[in-house]
Amino acid sequence: MSLALNIDWSRPDFQLAVDCEFPASGITALFGRSGSGKTTLLRCVAGLEHAPHACVRFNGDVWQDDQQFVPAHQRPLGYVFQESSLFAHLDARGNLEYGLKRVPAARRRIGFDQAVQFMGLESLLAHRANELSGGQRQRVAIARALLTSPQLLLLDEPLTNLDLASRAEILPHLERLHDELSIPIVYVSHEISEVMRIADHVALIDAGRMQALGPIDQLLTRPDLPLAHLEAAGSIFEGVIDEHDAHYHLSYVAIAAGRLAISLRAAARGQRVRVRIDARDVSLALEPPQHSSITNILPGRVIDVTDDRDPAQRLVRIDVGGRPLLARITGRSVAQLAIVPGMPLYAQVKSVALMD
Amino acid sequence: MSASFYSADDLAGLWISLKLAIITAVALLLLCTPLAWWLAMTRSRLRVIGEAMAALPLVLPPTVLGFYLLLFLGPHGWGGRLMQQLGMAPLAFSFGGLVLGSMLYSMPFVIQPLQSAFQGVGARALEVAATLRAAPLDRFFTVAVPLARRGFITGAVLAFAHTLGEFGVVLMLGGNIPGRTQTASIVIYNHVEAFDYAAAQRLSATLLIACFVLLLIVYAANRRVPEAAAVA
Repeated sequence: MSLALNIDWSRPDFQLAVDCEFPASGITALFGRSGSGKTTLLRCVAGLEHAPHACVRFNGDVWQDDQQFVPAHQRPLGYVFQESSLFAHLDARGNLEYGLKRVPAARRRIGFDQAVQFMGLESLLAHRANELSGGQRQRVAIARALLTSPQLLLLDEPLTNLDLASRAEILPHLERLHDELSIPIVYVSHEISEVMRIADHVALIDAGRMQALGPIDQLLTRPDLPLAHLEAAGSIFEGVIDEHDAHYHLSYVAIAAGRLAISLRAAARGQRVRVRIDARDVSLALEPPQHSSITNILPGRVIDVTDDRDPAQRLVRIDVGGRPLLARITGRSVAQLAIVPGMPLYAQVKSVALMD
Repeated sequence: MSASFYSADDLAGLWISLKLAIITAVALLLLCTPLAWWLAMTRSRLRVIGEAMAALPLVLPPTVLGFYLLLFLGPHGWGGRLMQQLGMAPLAFSFGGLVLGSMLYSMPFVIQPLQSAFQGVGARALEVAATLRAAPLDRFFTVAVPLARRGFITGAVLAFAHTLGEFGVVLMLGGNIPGRTQTASIVIYNHVEAFDYAAAQRLSATLLIACFVLLLIVYAANRRVPEAAAVA
C-alpha cells in the first residue's frame, strides 16, 4: 500500500522534482511555503495536471507513466479544493449525491447517511452553497469527496481560507476521519499548528523539491530541517488519558516516557490524545529537580545539540522513552551544564498543550 | 375577425416569421453550443480567428451577407452547384435558404452569450466534477450546461427576436415570395410601399407587442435564476 511519485517537471516559472513514496495510511501532511509546489504535486496525483514523463502509482496501479495517463475521473480518489467548490446549481444534498451516484453500488463503502452524520450536515442538506458559511461548505465538500468511497483522500489546504472559528469547527471532523476511516489522506498545509495536530507523517517540500518525508515526531525535531527552527518549534507525543485529579483540576496523560499533567479535561480515561510540547517551554536539569514548581519532569538522554537561528539559543534533542523531545535553551546553559550527546538528564516541561 | 384584421399575406408572413425564428433559434443553439464551448475552453491561437468570424455578422450590413449567400447558393455559385449535383433543391429563394441566412446573421447573438456563460463556469467546477468521477461529456451536461443556463436562455431569445426582426438578409436571399419566403417584416415593407399605413400599423404593432411580451416572460423567468459563481 503506497503512493509512489516520480515527477521532474520544469516550466519557466516553476519546477517540481520529486521522487518519493507516501505511506498509504494515516494523514501525511505535505508541508511547505506558498509556491513550493504542494498544490501542483497534489494535482499531478489527482490527474488534474499532466506532468510530462511523470510516474504516479498507487497500490500497484499505474495512474501515470510514459505509456498511459488515467484521467482524473477514473482515479479512485477524493479531492477537496482550497477554496469553496460546491456546485452553485445544486443544494448540499445534490452536491453530496453528485459523486455518490457515479460510484457503482457494489463499490460504495460509505453511505449517504453515514457521511452526513460524520460531517454533521443533517440540518444543511436543503441549503444551497451560497446559503452556507465557509466552514459548512468545506464540510459538505469533504463529505462529498468521502461519498465517492475514495481509496485516497487529497485535501488541498481545506482550512486556509476559513476564519479561526470555522477551522475549529472542521478540525475535529478531520480527526474523526483519521481515527474512524482507514482512508489514507494527503493533506496540504502551510500551517504548522494544523500539521502538528493531525498529521502522522510529514512531507517537507521546498522550491519544488522534497526535503524530507517521515514520521511527524521525527521530522519536527530534526535539527537539519527548518521545522525545528520555527518560532513554534516543538515535539508531539501520543498518549492516553490516564487519570483525573478533581481536587487540583488536573488530568494525567500517560506517554512512553512517563506521565504528563494537563489541565482537567472532560475526556474519558483511556482516550487516545496527542500532546504538544513547545521547545521554548522545556528546561533541562542534570539532577531530578527536588524543589521545583514544575510538575512535568521527563528523564531522557541527549541526542544532539545544534545551533538555532538566534545565536544565543541552542536546540537540544532529547530521547525520552524512545521519542524525541526538543528543548530550546541558551548556549550559556549548554556550556554551564556541559551538555553533550549521550548525557542523561531531566527535562522540565513548563507547559503541555492537548491538541484538540 | 382575424380575416378582416389581417390579410392572408399578413397571416402567412407572421407564420413564416414565427417558424423561421423558432427553427433558427433551435438550430443555432445546437450548432453554437459546441462552437462556443471550444471558444471558451481552447488555448489555441485559432481562437481569435474563430471569435472574429463569429462576430463578423454583427458588423456586416445584412445586405452584404445576403448578397454573398445569394451568389454562393445561386445556380452559378459553388454551393448551389454542389446541391444541384447532390440532387437537392436550390436554397436560394427558398425557406431553407432563409434559415441558413438567418442562422449566419444571428449567430453572434447565440455564440457570445454562450461563450461568456461557459467561461463563467470556469475550469474549477469541471475539475471538481472530474474528481467526483464524472467523465467529460457527463461533466458538460451535468455541470457546464446547467451552470450556463442564463447563456442558453439569452442566446435563444436573442436568436428568436433577432430573426423575427430580420429584413435585409431575408429580402436578398428569399426573394419576397408570398407564402414561402415573405416574412412579416417584408410584408410590412410591402404595405408601406403601397401606402397602406393602417395595414403596416397592425402588423408592426403585432410584432412589437409579441416581442415585448416574449422578452418580458424570459427576463422575468431569468430573474429567478440566481447569477452566482459556478462554485461557491
